[in-house]
Amino acid sequence: MSEAISVKPERAELSAEERYYLASQWQLMWQKFRHHKLAIIGGSVLVVLYLAAIFADFLAPYPKDIRFQKFSYHPPTPVHLFDVEGKFRGPFVYATTSKRDLETLELIYEVDEAAHYPIRFFVHREPYKLLGLIDTDIHLFGVEEPGAILLFGTDSIGRDLFSRIIHGARLSLSIGLVGVTLSFFIGVTLGGVSGYFGGIVDTVIQRIIEFLISIPTIPLWMALSAALPRDWSVVMVYFGIGIILSLVGWGGLARVVRGKLLELRELDYVLAARVSGVSEWSIIRVHMLPNFASYLIVSVTLSIPGMILGETALSFLGLGLRSPAVSWGVLLEKAQNIASVAIYWWTVIPVLFVIITVMAFNFLGDGLRDAADPYKQ
Amino acid sequence: MLRYFLRRFMYMIMTVWVLSVVSFLIIQLPAGDFVTNLASQYAQQGRQVDQARLDNLRQRFGLDRPVYVQYFSWATNLLRGDLGWSFRERRSVEKVIGDRIGLTAAISIATLLLTYLVAVPIGIYSATHQYSIGDYIGMFVGFLGMAMPNFLLALILMYILLNAGQSVGGLFSPDYMRAAWSLGKFIDLLKHLPLPILIVGTAGTAGLIRVMRASLLDELGKQYVITARAKGLRETKLVFKYPVRVALNPIASTIGWELPYIVSGGVITEMVLNLPTTGPMLFSALLTEDMLLASSLLFFLNVLTVMGTFISDIVLVIVDPRIRFTEREA
Repeated sequence: MSEAISVKPERAELSAEERYYLASQWQLMWQKFRHHKLAIIGGSVLVVLYLAAIFADFLAPYPKDIRFQKFSYHPPTPVHLFDVEGKFRGPFVYATTSKRDLETLELIYEVDEAAHYPIRFFVHREPYKLLGLIDTDIHLFGVEEPGAILLFGTDSIGRDLFSRIIHGARLSLSIGLVGVTLSFFIGVTLGGVSGYFGGIVDTVIQRIIEFLISIPTIPLWMALSAALPRDWSVVMVYFGIGIILSLVGWGGLARVVRGKLLELRELDYVLAARVSGVSEWSIIRVHMLPNFASYLIVSVTLSIPGMILGETALSFLGLGLRSPAVSWGVLLEKAQNIASVAIYWWTVIPVLFVIITVMAFNFLGDGLRDAADPYKQ
Repeated sequence: MLRYFLRRFMYMIMTVWVLSVVSFLIIQLPAGDFVTNLASQYAQQGRQVDQARLDNLRQRFGLDRPVYVQYFSWATNLLRGDLGWSFRERRSVEKVIGDRIGLTAAISIATLLLTYLVAVPIGIYSATHQYSIGDYIGMFVGFLGMAMPNFLLALILMYILLNAGQSVGGLFSPDYMRAAWSLGKFIDLLKHLPLPILIVGTAGTAGLIRVMRASLLDELGKQYVITARAKGLRETKLVFKYPVRVALNPIASTIGWELPYIVSGGVITEMVLNLPTTGPMLFSALLTEDMLLASSLLFFLNVLTVMGTFISDIVLVIVDPRIRFTEREA
């Protein structure tokens, strides 16, 4: 008897075609997504970046605020494998000596090719709490004092840019998530209400969305973030900026939700469920939600890069996060002046991370969109 | 059709009204006002601050009245064409922003035109040569253009120009900076315009290329294209005469969101390039809480885009018969 009931044969026995027909919606999406190479690359890059942000204390050779007094605007220290005589020494950096030019008062750095500082892995340095839980002082790599490994150089007061970029990833990468979470809740709620009730509520909400979409965001963000009190703590400003970014972002999501709800409401299987006496709430939750969940994910993925760019732009202008907070935008604030960028070119390196992140999100979002579209092969 | 225009016009008027309220209220949000800001500046410079004098200033600027009264007087003056007084510049707001609004509008419109002129041909090429090297390069540049913040592009281009020994930044050469408008000044302006237009246009162009490519690809797969090809129509003629025209429509209707995008990106670019336009002025007005100036700037930047969208909607209805018919039925 039990054999007769099991309609589904063992997975291994299925032909490719049968598997295709029996696959769930999510399995189909995953199969299509896997073939989108750029999306896979984008997704992997994001995983690496977010992991780097989580384990920033471990990956960064120095804490974010430590200053090398003698090394202001120190150029990046290249990592060498062979010394001047061509002898292999493993990865190391040369020592640099600083000297002040008495006429221009500028610091001049000279590479001292006599002193080598080999790069050591899992070195003991400044203590920190890994994941905020485990007390440790192990950093992935570092060099012995008084040498310094400054992969991306230092800023005006001698702080290691590489370490600061990794620490800055925490705020820069997470503020988009804060903004998206907020706009997700606003968008789904208002979009749902709009699509489900229709009528005057729908009209009002649609007008509000049209209004929000038709105005330029940056001036609005500027005005709103100028309104954040100057004496707020870093955390409060952080959430303030997140809220400001989400105020504009929810419109797109609400439209997706409303459009899908309107479309699904008329479908036969929803009618069938209603005739069978399923409650409205169950229809929404069990039958309609799974149907547009994929569109929501796509929409969310594609709205994160805009928020990351928004935070960068605001902080760049000095209206967003402010030091002592460290984000990519804050790091770029000093790069506003072309004259200083022309000399200290490494100060714009943080922007490369912004570009990589935004492109990765766009690739991932594109791949997800193609995968979520049932009519695309 | 007239009914549609009227309805759209009413919507626009309503939007403009809401904009005026929002623009005014947002500027009121920061704690304190222009006078407290001034007082703290004086205190920093070690100058004596007399409370009576501050109160006097507040009264003169009308800052002691409730917000809705202030809004009402600002809005009614706005209707009469009087934008109020800039506290910081000690001049009337129209005088302060007059030239700048014009330049911002000029840059935005020129950017919009450039965006379409560049994006449409590249989009057509990308779609007709799908998966060719050119297509991939186009897509990559497109993605990069979208991911690259405007200010970085501005810095890179300025760096290149600086090394080439060109004057960088601003919209006028020093000689013409304070000069009255003349043909010479106009030509000088034209020489300085390409840089900001190029910078602001890149991001928008990138997005448009993708829209154009996608919508043309949709059209190219349709039956009528195959029929035309089967009948022996020359490929170029076929593509440009039918699918391109259809694919252009979604592109044309994106002006509505393209314009806000351009104005938005323009603000930052203008600040990096230090242009005498509205962006840098809005920034400093916001920081010093020069309220009437900031409100008026925010309001006009928004009205500019709303009006642009309105005009593009009207043009679209006149150009595209399909929209005209749906509107008639509705």
